[in-house]
Amino acid sequence: MTATSPSLSPATIRHSPVAWLRKNLFNSWFNSMLTLVLGGILLWVAYSLVNWAFTMAQWQVLSANLPLYFVGRYPSDQYWRLWTALALITLASGLSWGLFSRHLSVLFSRGVLMGLGGITVLIVLVPMPGPYRARMIGLILLCTLAAWAGRLWAQRVTSLGRWLSLAWLLSFFVTLWLMAGGLGLPAVSTNNWGGLLLTLCISVVSIALSFPFGVLLALGRQSSLPIIRWLSIIYIELIRGVPLISILFMGQVMIPLFLPEGMRPDRVLRAIVGMTLFTAAYLAENVRGGLQAVPRGQIEAARSMGLNAPLTLGLIVLPQALKIAIPAIVGQFISLFQDTTLVSIVGLLELLGISRSILANPEFLGRYGEVYLFIAAIYWCFCYAMSLGSRKIEEALNTDT
Amino acid sequence: MTSRPETSVPLWRDDRFWKIVFQLVVAGIVIAILGLFIHNLRVNLERAGLEFTFSFLTNSAGFSIGETLIEYSPSDTYIRALLVGILNTLRVVLAGIVLTTILGVIAGVATFSDNWLLHKLSLLYVELVRNIPLLLQLIFWYFPVFLSLPPPQEQLQVMGLIYMSKTGIYLPWPTIGLPFWLSLGAVIALAIAAWTLLQRRTRAMVERAASGRPQAIALSLIGGIVVVLIALGFNWQIPQSPDPGQVQGGLRLSLEYSAILVGLVVYTGAFIAEIVRGGIQSVSKGQWEAARSLGLTPSRVMQLVVFPQAMRVIIPPLNSQYMNLAKNSSLALAIGYPDIFSVASTSLNQTGRPVEVFILLMAIYLLINLIISLGMNRLNQAVQFTEH
Repeated sequence: MTATSPSLSPATIRHSPVAWLRKNLFNSWFNSMLTLVLGGILLWVAYSLVNWAFTMAQWQVLSANLPLYFVGRYPSDQYWRLWTALALITLASGLSWGLFSRHLSVLFSRGVLMGLGGITVLIVLVPMPGPYRARMIGLILLCTLAAWAGRLWAQRVTSLGRWLSLAWLLSFFVTLWLMAGGLGLPAVSTNNWGGLLLTLCISVVSIALSFPFGVLLALGRQSSLPIIRWLSIIYIELIRGVPLISILFMGQVMIPLFLPEGMRPDRVLRAIVGMTLFTAAYLAENVRGGLQAVPRGQIEAARSMGLNAPLTLGLIVLPQALKIAIPAIVGQFISLFQDTTLVSIVGLLELLGISRSILANPEFLGRYGEVYLFIAAIYWCFCYAMSLGSRKIEEALNTDT
Repeated sequence: MTSRPETSVPLWRDDRFWKIVFQLVVAGIVIAILGLFIHNLRVNLERAGLEFTFSFLTNSAGFSIGETLIEYSPSDTYIRALLVGILNTLRVVLAGIVLTTILGVIAGVATFSDNWLLHKLSLLYVELVRNIPLLLQLIFWYFPVFLSLPPPQEQLQVMGLIYMSKTGIYLPWPTIGLPFWLSLGAVIALAIAAWTLLQRRTRAMVERAASGRPQAIALSLIGGIVVVLIALGFNWQIPQSPDPGQVQGGLRLSLEYSAILVGLVVYTGAFIAEIVRGGIQSVSKGQWEAARSLGLTPSRVMQLVVFPQAMRVIIPPLNSQYMNLAKNSSLALAIGYPDIFSVASTSLNQTGRPVEVFILLMAIYLLINLIISLGMNRLNQAVQFTEH
């Protein structure tokens, strides 16, 4: 895993391998010893991992349950709806990719395209049913073509960005409609949603709901009005003081108690409410950090221009504060995405929950290593992609200030 | 100007009026929603034949708990069961804070190592651990790692000091008794003496350009005495295995406790490593260069010049990591370690009293967090920059 080629560090390209080794691994007796010990441990770990993966592990627990991991018990004759939703999202993200790449040319470079090619090769290599493979490759093609189209389009239509935001908003509701049914499509109960589908659904909806709530709470906490400020402080500190799992349990147990008789929102909704209430408190603190970083002069200048308080906030302060807070907000979203695993404790079958139910199947008893490594890899890819994206945004924002 | 200046604006143009109205409206809405909730709660509880009371706490709990630090039997009260849970949580949190700090500081400092392998390894550790959900990691430590330890007959042993099998992990541990307390007291006294000596040495070296040699000799002497005291005075019990499958003496850690502790420490350690790295990076480069030009070795630069300054940046976020660790210990529920959350949720299922149990649970976690926060704020004041 760590066998990154030495030429990666720019300063040492000119050195010979031996000189590089001497400088970076064996420059003192202590470092030499450290290198030998760490190298030995690493080799041993790598050897036992490879040995385990090729001789002991039984990977059919993955291939036999692939649909379960991704969509749970979603009825298989309705899969086309999910593929359609995925295609819509791919289209929108391809277009946005093309749009962004006009400003950040790194995004549409040979490296990125080669990465996509690599993923395509990987899809061909990974054993899975043929039609899935064809569809996945189709999606990658769609994404690339949409990006190319978006790039050309953005040159002609300057307001493409605004239309794309609208398209994203629409695709959110269309996806929900495709998933849940109704309005002409047969309904699929949330009990059948599962796996990665449910993980993504809970995290995306909670992110979408907690963001405005968190911003409001942050503004409330910074407000000069005592009642508003105290209510916000009490909420934020109370929620931040207790574990998420207790909020989720409370969502499952207490929400029905707080509602009039007969009203029992379904369990996915209750989990989303819990996640939203929790994340909003943390987001509020992140946004508060951004608000505090906006220089006072900005507010005073806006006021002196005759803007009233809400306009100052909406046009001057908030855009700057949110921009400053982007890394922290993305970090919060990453941890929200990871925290969706906790809903498996309250009995929902998201990615971790479905894995545990697969492991309860006598056929796959004791195959913990394979299953958990697989879903850990899925989580890792998503979270790493998000943090990488946030770092890129941060860099892009830093250059223009 | 003929007309008098307008001193009283109409009410609807007055900013202050609208501020008060807005606050009252928000407060009204919040109170109305809370009132509705409480009303519904009362109706729902009444229908279930329950009333709000904590009297169930003195009833017999009737469930057994896998690990207890104090005497406990199923016939004891709920209060005692919850106390057992609190102690179990504290056992994880305290050990976790100590170990995670050590791991995090080592990993954070290691990113500045000139050893390429160590540098890359610490970066890999952080990237790997931070991007995988904690619950998954805990489950991973418990099921594929600790539960796959061999059965007692084929136990693993490390140099005859540590034994590991499905029944638990056995570590050497001091015998608690009069000699132990005496030695511990002596070690603490010596540590305090060493600290004041160190301060004096630094002052002597800075102010009078003394060599600091006598103090250095005294310090190494103290160090030697401490080592001897710890080795001999603590009455170390080494786990013994007279026949295969049986281990006597030493400290037994259950697999559940080991898994939750290792999982939390590894996870939180990665975050602390990032904090430490950020803190060290915040120390200006001039400080490094100045220290190096005085002839200090890189490790002494880190220890004497950079790290003490980095502490100021490190401590506030460290506080929230400790609180996260305390809150995340509630995930012990998923691997069957009986912490406070797991005991409380069993009590909840048995008594059917969600409201009371949740109030207790929240109060306990808020209290733990408050204590951590107070302690860290003290520490923060101690390391702050004092300008003369």
